Amino acid sequence: MLKLEARPQPSRLMSGLSPLLALAFTVLIGVGLFVVLGKDPLRGLQVFFVEPVKNLYALSELSIKATPLILIALGLAVCFRSNVWNIGAEGQFVIGALAGGWVAMQAGPHLAWMGRGIVVAILLAGVLGGMAWAAIVALLRDRFNANEILVSLMLVYVAGMVLNYLVYGPWKDPQGYNFPQTITFLPATRIPRLVDGLRAHIGTVIALVAVAAFWIFLFRTYRGFALQVGGLAPLAARYAGFSSRSALWTALLLSGGMAGLAGALEAAGPLGQLTPYVPVGYGFAAIIVAYVGRLHPVGIVLAGILMSMFYIGGELAQSRMALPKSITGVFQGLLLFTLLACDTLVHYRLRWQRKVQAAAAATRGA
Amino acid sequence: MLALAGLGLLVNERAGIVNLGAEGMMLVAAVAGFATAVATGNDWLAFGAGALAGAAMAAAFGVLVIWLNTNQYASGLALSLFGAGFSAFVGIGLVQAKIGERTAYTVPGLADLPFVGPAFFRQHPMVYIAIVLTLALAWFLYRSRAGLVLRAVGESPESAHALGYPVRRIRMAAVMTGGALCGVAGAYLSVIYTPLWVEGMTAGRGWIALALTTFATWRPARVLLGAYLFGGVTMLQFHLQSQGVEIPSQFLTMLPYLATIVVLVLISRNASWIRANMPASLGKPFFPGG
Repeated sequence: MLKLEARPQPSRLMSGLSPLLALAFTVLIGVGLFVVLGKDPLRGLQVFFVEPVKNLYALSELSIKATPLILIALGLAVCFRSNVWNIGAEGQFVIGALAGGWVAMQAGPHLAWMGRGIVVAILLAGVLGGMAWAAIVALLRDRFNANEILVSLMLVYVAGMVLNYLVYGPWKDPQGYNFPQTITFLPATRIPRLVDGLRAHIGTVIALVAVAAFWIFLFRTYRGFALQVGGLAPLAARYAGFSSRSALWTALLLSGGMAGLAGALEAAGPLGQLTPYVPVGYGFAAIIVAYVGRLHPVGIVLAGILMSMFYIGGELAQSRMALPKSITGVFQGLLLFTLLACDTLVHYRLRWQRKVQAAAAATRGA
Repeated sequence: MLALAGLGLLVNERAGIVNLGAEGMMLVAAVAGFATAVATGNDWLAFGAGALAGAAMAAAFGVLVIWLNTNQYASGLALSLFGAGFSAFVGIGLVQAKIGERTAYTVPGLADLPFVGPAFFRQHPMVYIAIVLTLALAWFLYRSRAGLVLRAVGESPESAHALGYPVRRIRMAAVMTGGALCGVAGAYLSVIYTPLWVEGMTAGRGWIALALTTFATWRPARVLLGAYLFGGVTMLQFHLQSQGVEIPSQFLTMLPYLATIVVLVLISRNASWIRANMPASLGKPFFPGG
């Protein structure tokens, strides 16, 4: 029978292979699912893995989805590495979108002097909004020891309600035929696009710069190091004099800011206005991205692209294969689940042991 | 309903396992229960289906966490995310389905009492079952040998292991019981409480149930009390609305979530109180001989 045996050291090879293994399992289960549903599995694989990358237009759409995922996941990676469980990125994303959207709505002749500079103000507002929302979590954790998982999650629902209130109430477009939406933002406030005619915007560049910045922060700075020690070995960190309080605040503010930035980019970018449909689950999907990317900036880019393929594949599966769009969620959940299972192999190795031998070993032991 | 899920998670956590997948388990169970109710028209079968679905999800979680020693938080999150996607996927055909309003069970004689009558004696049988279950669980945890073993496993798995108790099997049983109870709660939500199915219908109730175990400082009776408190806050929003109070409905909908945060802060402020009651090995993996 198969037996788990502890490895003397975590295997670096398996740590890299495990996401691939998990992807393979997810694809296998996916193929099984297609067969059970009476759909052509090859067509399914094509929709999920070929169509999203087949031409420039598809790649541009892919980058739109991948950008917020990567931005949020970078922040979360810092959080999870320092053992702070912020799972409310979705809420921080919404508040970031609200703050950025608010600035965008102020645009008009009196702000014309800012020119395109207003985009910077929008993004800054987004970052601050996300940080503020995450700061609530940090404050309650720091002052009152309240569990950050539950508080950050509850704040997701509260943020959603704030958004609903604003777009149904004070911020509703007077000319919007009573639809719950704000005015369409002025062209000057729109996030600049990379190429004319494609929706891909400079957010993608920002995300790539952020990847480099986070890599440096995590692996080349003292603060980044201190954070991670706090996550791995709290006692050692305390002995070394690293403050766990400052780690908590840094992690939450960083991840909140990143989620807020993603929210502002989304609001002033592809959306161009605020509606109740701003939150689409990027904040939660980014948790999976962070894990599948091994909490490493470069891994996160790859995982972010993979997850966006699931998103686009899900949309295509809906329009072309008459499958519900929520199949995306099934695959994303499966991926994280199988990944965690495969991660066992990082710390343990599988040994094939014959029953007889095992029994013999047992008697010898006794 | 919250009480059921809360009690289920309490069993979990008493055995030292945090299952953040409550939301996912409740959603999948809600779909399973609702589908069964639509197909058979029998509520008890629906509860059974919900319990099975919850337990099956919990079993997957348990294998990962208990036998493969994965991170409990991450695995629970995975379960929640998967459950949300899976239930939406499976439930798409049920969105339009309807089942009739369920009639409440009235305790003969007592239901006609003014004021107290409707509140306490005209409820769905599940409500009474939840109350009985609370008492049973309290007895089990504090008065029975098996309950003592369960608590020991949560406090110090090493000691329990040394005494020869099968720690991992006990934890697995606790996790599956918790899943089954969350499942019944999910089925109650879709079959009795609403009764309909919509994507993501639990709207954070699984998480609130998790918070409940903390409020209750891991005591069954306090879970029930907390659940009633939350039911009250939820009802308050409907009453305020029907009274025509001039508050935007969105702020009222926020109430249960804000209340959760407030209570969590109040309880957690007193760290020693939490520490005195929290199972000492909560969230820690256990690998015999490893």
